Amino acid sequence: MTVKSKHVRIKGIKDGLVFLLDDKCPFEEMLGELRYKLEHSHQNILTGPIVHVDIKMGKRSVTEEEKEAVLDILRGQGNLLIRSVEAQDSVKPGNGSSLYVMSGILRSGQVLNHKGDLLFLGDVNPGGAITCTGDIFILGALKGVAHAGVEGNEGAVIAASVMAPTQLRIAEIISRPPDEWETRESSMEFAFLSEGVMQIDKIHNIVKLRRDLNVFKGV
Amino acid sequence: MGEAIVVTSGKGGVGKTTTTANIGTALALQGKKVCLVDTDIGLRNLDVVMGLENRIIYDLVDVAEGRCRLGQALVKDKRFDELYMLPAAQTKDKTSVTPEQVRDIVLELKKEYEYILIDCPAGIEHGFRNAIAGADKAIVVTTPEHAAVRDADRVIGLLEQSEVQSPKLVVNRIRPGLIKSGDMLEVEDILQVLNIDLLGIVPDDELVIKAANLGEPTVMNPDSGAAIAYRNIARRILGDAVPLMQLDRKPGTFKKLKKFFGLG
Repeated sequence: MTVKSKHVRIKGIKDGLVFLLDDKCPFEEMLGELRYKLEHSHQNILTGPIVHVDIKMGKRSVTEEEKEAVLDILRGQGNLLIRSVEAQDSVKPGNGSSLYVMSGILRSGQVLNHKGDLLFLGDVNPGGAITCTGDIFILGALKGVAHAGVEGNEGAVIAASVMAPTQLRIAEIISRPPDEWETRESSMEFAFLSEGVMQIDKIHNIVKLRRDLNVFKGV
Repeated sequence: MGEAIVVTSGKGGVGKTTTTANIGTALALQGKKVCLVDTDIGLRNLDVVMGLENRIIYDLVDVAEGRCRLGQALVKDKRFDELYMLPAAQTKDKTSVTPEQVRDIVLELKKEYEYILIDCPAGIEHGFRNAIAGADKAIVVTTPEHAAVRDADRVIGLLEQSEVQSPKLVVNRIRPGLIKSGDMLEVEDILQVLNIDLLGIVPDDELVIKAANLGEPTVMNPDSGAAIAYRNIARRILGDAVPLMQLDRKPGTFKKLKKFFGLG
């Protein structure tokens, strides 16, 4: 383990310590360095009396588990009293830049949760579910449940090569095909909200709806 | 070292026990050394289907808790010398054995037998985890119904997370007439959803019910369509390339053919 990199900086302030955790490097790397600093190179702060600690994680978006992992390391020292944690909670949905790709079969009873936008290569079987804070794109058959914009983003969309879902949800709106709409096309389609109502359209019309996507205009 | 195959389905009543009994017997017919293990503790049926109920002295739980040796609990089949069964306990419940105990027992059996077929209880809880603990491979049984396919899908997902390798599918109780009229799911549709290898298809056959009540596996009766299907499955397990059964033949054609060749 190298200590040369400076993913973790510890600053002393009047009434305690501030841990500045780098927001650019991989999370695991940062975690490793934090552990190393506390257990090896900066052991002198171990021996002292109880110290108040502020944690600043910058612009990194962290899950609850990741936050817990950081806190666990600090708690392990005994004399560090965590006063505050500063971190950004989620990725800003729907900016098209954080598309995450995953493949496989989502079988009955399996749930895939994702923060941000998701491209899923494979089928979502009946009984399976994808939930996403951003958009969901499925290259395969969607036969289960897809929930886009779970944290309330009504601009999120759901697209699938074969659109045959048990249920579609965007933000708070729940739609139940084929009672409410039917897919007539064999081509790829996407679902979106228009004034609070679920609509289905062919994929090539997505550009009219979503101005924030990078639009190809030809050369 | 033998091979342990768990027969599972998620949903109840699709024919796990019947499939276990028949594939096991068919493998014994081919001269293999086979042991059937019933892990449905509290609701054992395999012994009834095999017609061995009155020969049980010790059971799986007795072995797990060390009240008897494994060899003492094994029940020898009436028809074949190389076919044995380890019955489940009827008075306890699923939690009376742990997956580790079952794994040890199956490991012990693998030294002695070429094939160990494990009959799994319905559901995906403790009993399921017991049943798959020692298995190398899995056979997922389903019927051409949405509910059964949904549960099979769930079970395949769980198997994929476990150490059991590539589950294979048996579609049981097919009624060609209903498929033709569009009232039953087609095998193709089921395969499209589940996306695993097909091991065999078994037609719905009244003789299966009759045979089960008599404690005589259907596979012993060559007049039954289901028996041929189970024999084909056993041959596929042994590595033969057997084509899928044609189900849309008129009833009786098979019998006539057999008669013609003097086998009926």
